[in-house]
Amino acid sequence: MEKLLEVKNLNVDFVNRDDTVRVISNLSFSLGKSEVLGIVGESGSGKSVTSLSIMRLLNEASARVRGTISFGGTDLLTLSEREMQAVRGNQIAMIFQEPMTSLNPIQTCGRQIMEPLLLHNQISKKEAADKALRLLELCGIPDAKNRFHEYPHQMSGGMRQRVMIAIALACSPKLLIADEPTTALDVTIQAQILELMKDIRKKNDMSIIMITHDLGIISDFCDRVLIMYTGEIFEAATVKQLFRDPLHPYTQGLLQALPRISRQTDRLEAIEGMVPDAGQMPKGCHFHPRCKYAQERCKKERPELKELPDGRCVRCFRV
Amino acid sequence: MQVIKDIWKQKNFMFKLGVVMCLAWVFIAVFASVLAPFDPVKDQDMLIRFQPPGGEHFFGTDSLGRDVFSRVLYGSRVSLSAGVVTVLVSFGVGILFGGIAGYTGGLVDDVMMRISEMIQSFPPLILAMVIAAALGPNISNSILAMAIIWWPNYARLTRSIVISVKENDYITASRLMGASHLRILFKEILPNSLGSMIVMATLDLGNAILMFSGLSFLGLGVQPPLAEWGAMVSDGVLNFNYWWIATFPGLAIFTVAIGANFVGDGLRDFLDPRMRRRA
Repeated sequence: MEKLLEVKNLNVDFVNRDDTVRVISNLSFSLGKSEVLGIVGESGSGKSVTSLSIMRLLNEASARVRGTISFGGTDLLTLSEREMQAVRGNQIAMIFQEPMTSLNPIQTCGRQIMEPLLLHNQISKKEAADKALRLLELCGIPDAKNRFHEYPHQMSGGMRQRVMIAIALACSPKLLIADEPTTALDVTIQAQILELMKDIRKKNDMSIIMITHDLGIISDFCDRVLIMYTGEIFEAATVKQLFRDPLHPYTQGLLQALPRISRQTDRLEAIEGMVPDAGQMPKGCHFHPRCKYAQERCKKERPELKELPDGRCVRCFRV
Repeated sequence: MQVIKDIWKQKNFMFKLGVVMCLAWVFIAVFASVLAPFDPVKDQDMLIRFQPPGGEHFFGTDSLGRDVFSRVLYGSRVSLSAGVVTVLVSFGVGILFGGIAGYTGGLVDDVMMRISEMIQSFPPLILAMVIAAALGPNISNSILAMAIIWWPNYARLTRSIVISVKENDYITASRLMGASHLRILFKEILPNSLGSMIVMATLDLGNAILMFSGLSFLGLGVQPPLAEWGAMVSDGVLNFNYWWIATFPGLAIFTVAIGANFVGDGLRDFLDPRMRRRA
């Protein structure tokens, strides 16, 4: 498959006056054209930092980003801010978690969808408005003509997320990064939004990076999955492989923590302990304090990401 | 034009009242020479000084026998323009200065804010006196002096609002769209910060008129015998037994300030769609 995005040896350090903290270490992954990649992990595992580094939106004074992020052949990390502005919203778009606060409260929704169209294309306002209206319809907003002139506060969360998606899709980006797009929505709306994204992905033939901590969304939506923990990839596999036969103890723990309808249980399974603080990483494998298979070796050495014959990658000594 | 129609369509009585009051004063200022029954300066008559309101002189006469009514009408020219120009200039400068400082942050912010604090650390009237005296005492220099000491107020307010507005998700969202910093500052952040600033500006209008009169009183603004509200009020204070001399120009300042305030409130409501009342 042709590669659209290739991240190689991405390291992100957060720097302040006293010390540096590594939040992403040696992250490498790639994404093919029209592929959907899921990134899963607990809070603080570096999912959002990864997406923000791709967009180059981390504060450059406090975050040091190293490595290469090649997108369609160009390394995004070497672009100037102005060149990057031409990429954002045009070739790579992003939607994020909070539909309630992600829209400008003093502009109409229609106007906000026109914004990226006017920014990246040489078209008239009239054309942009027409296109924006079609986008609203595409995103399944009923009565789009009237909704076009409404302000964000007049819409529900689901509607606003649809508007956000319309904004993201305005310039038909090749890559859409969705950072927990449905977390703030209730379950029925969540299903509708995912359905919409699936639809659009087929129509526009774009790649998606889906960041979430909901394994249900992953199994439903993605082709491949990265399991992240403390800024590292712990396991990378196709969705089928991962759900049928998880290899890493952390992945197994995550899957076991899912409640099953078919099984009667009083207590849900949980992974003991907490994600370690980025400043105080345990020696050896970062997961060993919480791992039930931990051995002496895990406390001293750090496992490398091993590639298996079937193409999946795991960071564990047991494999 | 559509915008003006939309603003007017709001169901907001106070706003409309304010607009009417302000427009009335502008009308008076423009047509003072037609409306005033007497000349504010030349028509002196020592025989009729300190006449109470009534008869030929609606608002009475002052210590030189001049018609207070005519002087209030003529005074609106100087007072209104001094107030409005001062506030507009400081508003413009302050919003730019504070906006850039707040949005950029870091060292730029520190340096810019220290500059504005340097100006604020002087007692305002003294600094205005120094500037006006150095440039030469006339109306435009006094207005300039006032703008110089006034803008840091707006810069500080703008900066603090910008700092809180720029943390909003929709600012990040518009960076994700590929908007440049300038565009974000001028099209996203400042419009979202404008509400409180407009209210402050309209409140300040009265203050600016009063401060200008303070400068006039010290001989740096308007030179007597030219009519100006602030100068007339202080004239009335010297003749305390004749209440009408200070009261009517005082009422004039009051109506301008409160009218501007109503307008400001209405504008703020209009600028925030969440507050906008449907017609």
